[in-house]
Amino acid sequence: MSEFLQQLLNGLSLGAIYALIALGYTMVYGVLRFINFAHSDVFMVGSFIGYYMGRLVPHETLWGGLVVLAVAMIGCAILGMTIERLAYRRLRGSPTLNVLITAIGVSLLLEYSGQIFFGAAPRNFPSIFPVRNFEVAGIIVGSNQLIVIAVSVVLMIVLQFIVYRTKIGTAMRAVSLNPKAATLMGVNNDVVISFTFGLGSALAAAGGILYALNYPSIDPLMGVMPGLKAFVAAILGGIGNIPGAALGGLILGTVETFVNGSQWSTYKDAIAFAILIIILLFRPAGLLGRFTVEKV
Amino acid sequence: MIKALRTLWLPALAFTAFAAAAIAQTPAATIKVGEFASLTGKEAAFGQSSHKGTLLAIEELNARGGALGQQFELITEDNQSKQGESATIAKKLISRDKVIALLGEVASGRSLEAAPIAQNAKIPMVSPSSTNPKVTEMGSYIFRVCFIDPLQGRLLAKFAQNTLKAKRVALLTSVSSPYSVGLAKFFKEPFIAQGGEIVIEQRFSENDKDFKAQLTAIKPTKPDAIFVPGYYTEAALICKQARDLGLEIPIFGGDGWEAPQLIEIGGKAVEGTYYTTHYSPESTSPAVQKFVADFRAKFAGETPDAMAALGYDSAMVLADAIKRANTTEGPKVRDALAATKNYSGITGMITIDAKRNATKSAVVVTVKDGQFKFVETIAP
Repeated sequence: MSEFLQQLLNGLSLGAIYALIALGYTMVYGVLRFINFAHSDVFMVGSFIGYYMGRLVPHETLWGGLVVLAVAMIGCAILGMTIERLAYRRLRGSPTLNVLITAIGVSLLLEYSGQIFFGAAPRNFPSIFPVRNFEVAGIIVGSNQLIVIAVSVVLMIVLQFIVYRTKIGTAMRAVSLNPKAATLMGVNNDVVISFTFGLGSALAAAGGILYALNYPSIDPLMGVMPGLKAFVAAILGGIGNIPGAALGGLILGTVETFVNGSQWSTYKDAIAFAILIIILLFRPAGLLGRFTVEKV
Repeated sequence: MIKALRTLWLPALAFTAFAAAAIAQTPAATIKVGEFASLTGKEAAFGQSSHKGTLLAIEELNARGGALGQQFELITEDNQSKQGESATIAKKLISRDKVIALLGEVASGRSLEAAPIAQNAKIPMVSPSSTNPKVTEMGSYIFRVCFIDPLQGRLLAKFAQNTLKAKRVALLTSVSSPYSVGLAKFFKEPFIAQGGEIVIEQRFSENDKDFKAQLTAIKPTKPDAIFVPGYYTEAALICKQARDLGLEIPIFGGDGWEAPQLIEIGGKAVEGTYYTTHYSPESTSPAVQKFVADFRAKFAGETPDAMAALGYDSAMVLADAIKRANTTEGPKVRDALAATKNYSGITGMITIDAKRNATKSAVVVTVKDGQFKFVETIAP
């Protein structure tokens, strides 16, 4: 029983990170209808900003950790908006495939310029938050795991608030529903899209920091696998749907952890992707996605 | 001059479609040695060390006048630690650069990719530090200067039983690396034969970062020690996560752990862990001390690790064979390599056996106060 609970906790903290990254994929898809493949590399840049910021603040303090987190989020928000401004905005209105290829190009650009600027060797991420391990009913709870879950939950609540309770959130939903009609109603699409990229990239940066806290070896290609998993999580939950991305991330993280701890750990990724295929067979729009018929 | 031209392009004529291009080229007055290495990517720390060792060896050889009246020329290509790159690079080195021998790789998986190509082209290949036995089984032209995993596994089992006094050991193996799977197997057999018990076997894949699930499954089996045959990045993360989960038992591994990154990433968690390796810079032998001093002088005070020493030995053993063969023709260099006996290298006395593997002893190293410390030498 305690082993089960321990695995559940491990799985939830991994899933929370997947969920944070998945939110960025899903928001951009919701507004622009394309998959921003460079998102997983913004995640990587986030953890590298954390790495360099981590040298400037005292280690293992709560405020130091929060400062690093905030700087990385702001830095990546700016990066995300810059990418959108330089690479994607010119392509607005052109076929989705063009934007998709550009996104892959931006992704490779970030990965390989990362190898030039940061070096290819893995680096050790400093422990910026205080580290304590508690034992509760036979299971070991790490402070990093709690921080991951707490930060994720807080960020998701903030995101929910922004999207449903603020003016810019309403504008985001309007653009997502019908960009032309939104323009006619006086919504500035450029600002809304830019904001969406900033918000998604900030969440990716938070994910990057939290991931690096738990698995403190970072390198320029670190975003590839978590990015792919988060992408799967976003589709699993129903792409374009914000609670769906969170749910998908948690499911994927938990399943992966349980398979990893079993005799079939070799098939970890195979099982995770098999679940995706099965769910999509029965619910083509994902768990929480709404299936819409395209009108001609 | 003419002789050099002929030796260069005769093998090329037979095995490549680019032979015509060779005629147009001016004959090079150098002995071209190809090196394929992981200079970037996940095993870059190993690849860089090994490459530096090889570079130092080539420079020293040239300072001493090279061989056969010619200088050595090292042509290095990076495979980015990626699977599938080494075969392409080996082909390019042999057919376009016309190298007379290949040096590489640190990872067994990538040596296995290049070996068939070297074998088909009858170009001798010397691997500095690929320890999986399959590497030299690929053909009669494939050699190595390091000990192999069956020997290393047996020495590790000896170490676990005699020094750690461990009877119940948990295994955590990387299934996507031939090195890890092989070493686990060669540890298990002698360990069980001598009365040890493997309480649980858990698996992971290369590039995994989360091992908490496997370690959580290991914990209730209460082993005396955990054996992690893998590379340093994963090993450091495993130690860290094991300590986070309250597993305070010894963790040990093979030569894949040898890199400063083990301590950088692992920090306090790798204190008191052990691994076997090929050489220790703390050795008092004059040859080792000279090598350490030369290496530090060339590479900004960096202390050479085992990969650097093996990279150095691989080039030196090859040069020794070329001198004894008195030619750069593949088949003759191959025969000379196979006849290497009691060559005194930096990593010990190297004798190439009938299976083209090196027979030698291993050293055990531990981490203490953030430093690598020599523990003992285990003889075969």
